[in-house]
This record gives sequence, C-alpha cells and structure tokens, in this order.
Amino acid sequence: MKTIKNILLLAFIGITFVACSSDDDVPEQINEEETITTMTITLVPVGGGTSIILQSQDLDGDGPNTPNKTVSGNLTANTTYSGSVVFLNETESPAEDITEEVEEEDEEHQVLYVASGSITSVSYDDADGNGNPVGLEFTIVTGDAGNASLSATLRHEPKKPNDGTLEDAGGETDFTEIFSLTVE
Amino acid sequence: MFCIALIASVSFIGYSQECNNVLSGQVIDYHNKSPLDSAYILILENQLETSTNSEGKFRIPNLCSGSYTLEVSHPECSTVLMSVQVNGDKEIDIKLEHHLEELEEVKVVGNIIRDKTNSAQEETLNLNTLENYSAGNLGDALKELGGVSSLNTGANIVKPAIHGLNGSRVLVLNDGVRMQDMEWGAEHAPTLDINSAGSVSVIKGASALQYGGDAIGGVIVAEQANIPKRDSIYGKTMLSGVTNGRGGNVVSELTKSYESGWFVKGQGSYKRMGDHEAPDYVLSNTGVQEIAASLQLGKHNFTWGWDARYSYFNTEIAILRASHIGNVDDLIRSINSGEPGIIRPFTYDLQNPRQEVTHHLGKLKFYKRFEGLGKWNVQYDFQSNRRFEYDIRRGERDNTPSIDLELTTHTLSTDFKWDTKDDLNILVGLMGRYQDNFANPDTGVRRLIPDYEKIDFGSFLIGEYRVNNQFLLDAGVRYDYNKIDALKFYRTSRWEERGYDEEFQDLVVEDLGTQLLVNPILDFHNISATIGGKYLSFDGMQLKLNYAVAQRAPNPSELFSDGLHHSAARIELGDLRIENETSHKITTTLEKDFSTWGVLLEPYANWVQNFIVLEPTGVEFTVRGSFPVWEYRQTNARLLGVDFSAYSNWTDNWTTNHKFSFVKGQDTATNTPLINVPAANLRNSVSFSKPKWNGFEASLESQYVFRQNETPDNITVFSPQQQEDVVLEINTPPDAYHLLAFRSKMEFPISNKTKLTTSLSINNLLNTSYRDYLNRQRLFADDLGRNITLQLKLNY
Repeated sequence: MKTIKNILLLAFIGITFVACSSDDDVPEQINEEETITTMTITLVPVGGGTSIILQSQDLDGDGPNTPNKTVSGNLTANTTYSGSVVFLNETESPAEDITEEVEEEDEEHQVLYVASGSITSVSYDDADGNGNPVGLEFTIVTGDAGNASLSATLRHEPKKPNDGTLEDAGGETDFTEIFSLTVE
Repeated sequence: MFCIALIASVSFIGYSQECNNVLSGQVIDYHNKSPLDSAYILILENQLETSTNSEGKFRIPNLCSGSYTLEVSHPECSTVLMSVQVNGDKEIDIKLEHHLEELEEVKVVGNIIRDKTNSAQEETLNLNTLENYSAGNLGDALKELGGVSSLNTGANIVKPAIHGLNGSRVLVLNDGVRMQDMEWGAEHAPTLDINSAGSVSVIKGASALQYGGDAIGGVIVAEQANIPKRDSIYGKTMLSGVTNGRGGNVVSELTKSYESGWFVKGQGSYKRMGDHEAPDYVLSNTGVQEIAASLQLGKHNFTWGWDARYSYFNTEIAILRASHIGNVDDLIRSINSGEPGIIRPFTYDLQNPRQEVTHHLGKLKFYKRFEGLGKWNVQYDFQSNRRFEYDIRRGERDNTPSIDLELTTHTLSTDFKWDTKDDLNILVGLMGRYQDNFANPDTGVRRLIPDYEKIDFGSFLIGEYRVNNQFLLDAGVRYDYNKIDALKFYRTSRWEERGYDEEFQDLVVEDLGTQLLVNPILDFHNISATIGGKYLSFDGMQLKLNYAVAQRAPNPSELFSDGLHHSAARIELGDLRIENETSHKITTTLEKDFSTWGVLLEPYANWVQNFIVLEPTGVEFTVRGSFPVWEYRQTNARLLGVDFSAYSNWTDNWTTNHKFSFVKGQDTATNTPLINVPAANLRNSVSFSKPKWNGFEASLESQYVFRQNETPDNITVFSPQQQEDVVLEINTPPDAYHLLAFRSKMEFPISNKTKLTTSLSINNLLNTSYRDYLNRQRLFADDLGRNITLQLKLNY
C-alpha cells in the first residue's frame, strides 16, 4: 500500500513536470499608446501675416534621445497671435492625435503657458465644462522687439482652477517644452 | 525533538492465564540501533518499574495477562507512552530517537522551534508575536528582531531587509517552498500572509545552504505549527480592529488531527482598510485589501509521511496618490512643499496608482525514514504569481494595467539526511526549477521586465559534527546553475546608447525599425560554502562563529530594466553585462544568560565583490521634462554592523528589554556610503505581567531611530522649469525620531477548551510626525500617525 502511494506520488510529480515544457512563443511588440512624441504650436497673427510654427519632437519617447526643437521664424513686434496646439503620437502609423484625448478629458488636463521677455501676455481662449481654461486655444501678445521665451506644459490632473503658474497647478507633466524666440 | 517508541517485533513465547508472565526486551536507538542504557520503564497500571542495563535490556516478571501502558523515558528523550498486550511471556523492542539534535533541545527549553543552522546568527518570532501583527504584515513583525529592517513603499508594502540588504538578497521560505514572487522590485513585498505561519525564523546570512546559495542578506523561514498526532479538533478565530485606516481583519483556522497521523487544516483571512493617516493629514489613496486562504492535509508518521498544501494570497494595495509624479520638476516641488500635493477626504476606495498581486502555491511533500540510515524528503511545488500595476493614465485606460506580469514556477527538490551517527549529521540535496515569465502586451506600455524562461539547478552537501557535548562544528557547500533565456524588445536608440550594438549585435533576432527584438541567453554558475562552530559552556554561555561565501546571479530587473518609473520619477536601466556578485560574511554570536538577566551580542562583517547597486548616474531629457537616470552597476561593498540585545527580570512581574542595531555600508571602490542602509535603531521596553490577573500583560516600548548620516550625495539636475541646474535632494535623510508604543493583553478561559484573549495596542502613542529614511514615500508625505488596535482572539 505504502509503495503504491509512493509510486503514485512520484508519477504525479513527473507528469506535472513534463506538462510544463517550454514553449518558445515570440512576444508581441508593444507600441506605447500614451506616448506623446510631438507638440506643435501654431501662432497665427490676427489680421494676417506669416504663421509661426513651434515644434518639439522626440520619436524615441522615454528613450535616450533628446527632443528636437524647431521654430519656423521670428515673431512680429506688437502683434496679437491666435495660438493652437496639437499633440501627436508619431510612433504609430498613421500618427495618433492625442489632442483629442485631451479634449475628451478637458477637466483633467490643462496646457499652461508661461511667457517672458517681449511676449507681454498670454490668455486662454477655451474652457472645460466647469469654465476653467484648457489651453488648446490661446492668444499671445508681443511687445517691442527683443528676445522672448514661451513654455508650454501639458499637465494631467492639475488643480483647477489655478493661478496659471506651474507651481500652483500641480499635477503630472505629460509634455513640457520651452522655446526661445526673437521678436522683431 | 520527538522521541517516539515503536513496537517493531512481537513474538509469543508461551500462553498462560496466570500472573507469571514475563515482559522483556531492549530499548534501542532508532537511528543507529545502538542499545540505550539507563532507560526507565514504568507500568502505569501496577507501578512496576525497571531500567535498562548497559546492553539496553530490561525484564519485568510476574505480570498478569492483560493490557498495560508503559511509560518509557530516557535522560535525553522526552517521555513516551505505549500500550502493550500481554498474554504470556513477551519480548519487545522499544526504539527511541536519540541523536545529535538533542543538544538543541537543551538550548531551546520551552521553544519548540528548532534552529535551522548550527553556527549562524538566527532568531525566531513565535506565534504570539506574529498574532500581534495579524492586521499588519510580515515585514513589520520581522522588525522586532535585531538586525532586521525594511524598505517600505508606504505602510502596506514592506520589504524585509536583513543586515541592510533586501530584495533578491533575502530569500523567503514559505513552508519549505522558496517564494518566487518578483522580489526584484523595490515596491514588491513578499506575497505571504503573516497569519498563515506558525513561526518565522530569520537566518542572518547565507549559511543555511539547504534553502539556497544566494542569500547574501539572509533567509526568512516561515513554518507551519506542528500538528499533534492524536485525535483532536481545534482552532482559533481572531478579530482585529484598527483606527488608522479605519478597518481591520479577521482570521480563522481549524485543524483536525488523528492518532493515525492523518491531519487536515484550513485557514483563511481577510483584511480591509481605507486611507491611512499621518498626524496632520490623510494619506490619500493608501488603503488595502487582502484575502488569503490555505488548505493542508496529509499523514505524518515517524517512519514516513506525506502532506499537500495549497495556499492562495491576493492583495490590492493603493499607492499614495501624491507619490505619482510627472518629471523632475514635479519631484522638486514635492520635496520642497513638505506635504503631499494631493490630500483628499478619507475613503475606503482603492484608486490608481495601485497594484494587485495574486499568488498561488501548491506543494506536495513525501518523506521516509530508513532505519539505521536517515530521512529522505522529496518535494514538488508550483507557484503562480500575477502582478498588475495600475497607473494614472489618459483616456479610458484606468482599468488597464500598466504592468501585467505572470510568473510561473515549478520546483522539484529532494534531500537525504544521514543522522545515524551520534556525532555526525550529513544532509545532501538536489533541486531543479523551471520558471516562465510572461509580460502581457495588452497593457499598451512597453515591458519593464521581458518575457523569459529560467532554469535553475542546485545541489548541496551540509555536515554537522559534534566534537563533544560542548562543541559543534558545521560546514557546507552548494553549487547553483542559472540560465535565463529572454526575449526582449529594445528601443534601437537605447540599444545603441548602451553600446550593445557593438557587443551583443548577434543576439538581435529581428529589426523592427525603431525597436529590436533581442534574445539574450545568460548562464551563471554560483558556488557557496559555509563553515562554522558553536561552543556551549557549562555556565550557560554560547559562542558561535560562522563564515559564509555566497554567490548570487543578477535578477531580471538588474539585467533588463529599461524604462521610466513614475513613482520614483526616474529612468531605471539594467545592464546585460552584469555578472554574479560574491559575498564573504563573518558573523559571531555571544550569548550569556545569568539568573535574572542575559545579553546577546552579534557583530558581523560582509564584504561583497561585484555588488550590484542601483544609483543615479545622470539625466535624460524627454518630452515630459528631465529625469534622473538610475543605472545598475557593479562595485565592491562592505557592510559592518552589530546587533545587541539584553533583558532583565527585575522582579517576578517586571521585565525590561533592550535592543540596539547598527550597520555601516560603504562602497569601497568609490569610498562613498551605500544607499538605503538602515539607520541605527534603539528599542527599550518595560513589561509588567501578572498571570494571576487573567494572564495580564502590559508593556511600553520606546523606539529611537537615529538620523542616517551616511548617505550618497544628492545629484544635480537641470530643471527645465527653472532653466537652471538644481540640487535634487533625493538622498537627504530625514531627521531622527522617537516613537512610543503600548500593548496590553488579558486572557479569559470560557470553558475547558475555549479561551478568549483580548489585547489592546497603541502604536505611535504621542502621534508624532516623522519620516523614515527607508520609506520610499518619505519624499512626499509623513509616516503613519497614532494607531490603536483592539484584538479579540478565541481559541477553541
């Protein structure tokens, strides 16, 4: 009886071991869904003129390569620009428009703009369901000629409403870039 | 030690109804069959007594026919009762277990848990202490022991650290099964229910080679209580309520045992808590839910036995909301503000970020003793560990985990112990293990840990030699082979940045443009060995000395990590070139018990070659801003420390206990302090006990944790927001702190077999605000405030 039990036990162990033989499946590739690779800000002068495109692009996401920054030209002094921003995930083909996700969850997002130098003001032109700014549409006004900087930061779950500063808004940064500009 | 007598041969010499029967026989050692002299035999029915001669023989004449109960005792064995049927003259052999382990029995009077090693530093938590922590977790309970600390992520994720080392350097044995539960992650706690263990021992080093050769920190051995071999049914139910977290837990277990050796035991527990609270605010999103159950059955006899056990553990842990941050500027903001960025009203909800871990463990064990030879064990165990980590995500992805890993492990092991010689025990063993990790691609997030298959093979030989009654020597050697076969996607940019394109290009299986599919196959050979001795003097002093060399192969995290950790706002990078690390550890133990007081002094030194450390090396810029890069690299390290403890029984009722632990960790290659080394810690307690007052016990404990003054330097990073280099104070240690704790207990017998035990304990009595260096959330929030626990336990 004892021997039979032992044999059964060993047989069971053996079967279990054999049953789990390896299978060499090739894992499926993952393209990160939430990655934002590209932010494009378009500044259209109110009353006509050349639009200025500011872009930051990092095609390897969290990889080691640094974002690539481009500015299409100089801003004109004492001009009001109507601005808009688009976020893309270009690791997918065709590129996924992340701006749509931000619009859908506008109460949980805000693009915060901080300007200095010859950009005299930034104001928001859009609002979420609670009447707080989202920042996908905005307006900047340039002053006299000189150097300027404009930073754009997409925050997830910021404090809303906030005083427009990054410190007060809190939340998590999904995208941030600072552009050095010339106003002429 | 269990001395068990067995009737092996029965022979009828004659037949008589009269009272002139003779009962004779021999008392022998079960293991080496040597006769035992001076064994004492008493017949309970008629109080006739005799003892064995130098040949182990005895003779009791003038017995009437009938059944008798014999009480057989020997100075080195506990007393054994056996029944004998006498119908005429009868000769019996009585076998007692008599071997090396008897020395341990002398030492651990009143303690049923036997030491796992001879000469290593070892300490055990008994069931009473474990029950105090029923609503807490294993890591908290272990901190009662000298030299044991923990690396925490909040209050719910507590990773035990032994002599300053944690993670893969600390093995966890759950009822003889080495836990395979992704111990490589800093925010992964052991998936083991504290309520399922009968005792937990800690071996502070790699000397217990039977459990594994890579325990550079040490081994935690959780064991089941022994189930008596008699017809009985017993159990307990325990209910705890806690104020901090506004929840509690319930634990229940029931055991049925039979004299035939059969037993079955079932156990279950449920824990639920909401947000924890610091003295000044709610720690939003720090609730927890835990469900655990186990079922065990088998048959244990002295000569052979088997048991099967299945255990289930599921935990869902919410992670402090304020600790989830976007980039280095967010981190600077959190550190500077001094309080969490998000404080919400108390809730029981477990929101993102959170993790959910499920662990299944199945075990089948068989043993057989061979007369005059030893004991043979064979065991198969199966483990499945599934981990989900849920992040704050955009879109409709809140219920899609960011990490979804499934680790499946099969292990077959066997060992044989020769214990027939009085002065020599030898244990040999073999182990084979197959492990498969599957990283589910449905997460939509690149895998932090790749798919891999791992094969382990181990073999060991351990010997214990008794030179004389005072002096024991032990030595052991172990060889382990590990092979990892992984399939990992690397970003092409990362592959090139690491320089892998020059060294490992032949591993590339497929080029997918921006990503490469790579198949690293890595082999590791590890050799571990230990030698030590224990000396017991007649006046109660004990001296132990042990040396252990251990090698550990890198874990998957150290090899393959490649990604952004939001909870730490850092990019962690493993390295394919990492080799195994080698530790040389010397420990000594000096223990002396006087009539009313005792001391224990345990110094140690651990030198680790090729020590694998994770530390900040630079900064990378992404669209989210800049992140410090933490890279695994290898260096040489030295850990020097001492654990001290003392007790004094001032009167029959008043006792004080004193404990001090101190460790210094140094990177000897760069001459800088190691990261995450616990600060010096002083605990003093005064206890009052009066058994007459319904077993009344009360104690007050003071714990003083010093400031860790030796930490690596802070790093300088460029802040895009401030447009300048700023110091990131991630290594600045928090201040020293002092906590008081109170605990009291009373027992109320309800009936013969039923007993109610009530206890009240208060942790952080003064509601002190503090932060601990080894809590990863110290950058974001204060530690726990006052917590009152009321516990009711019913034994039946």
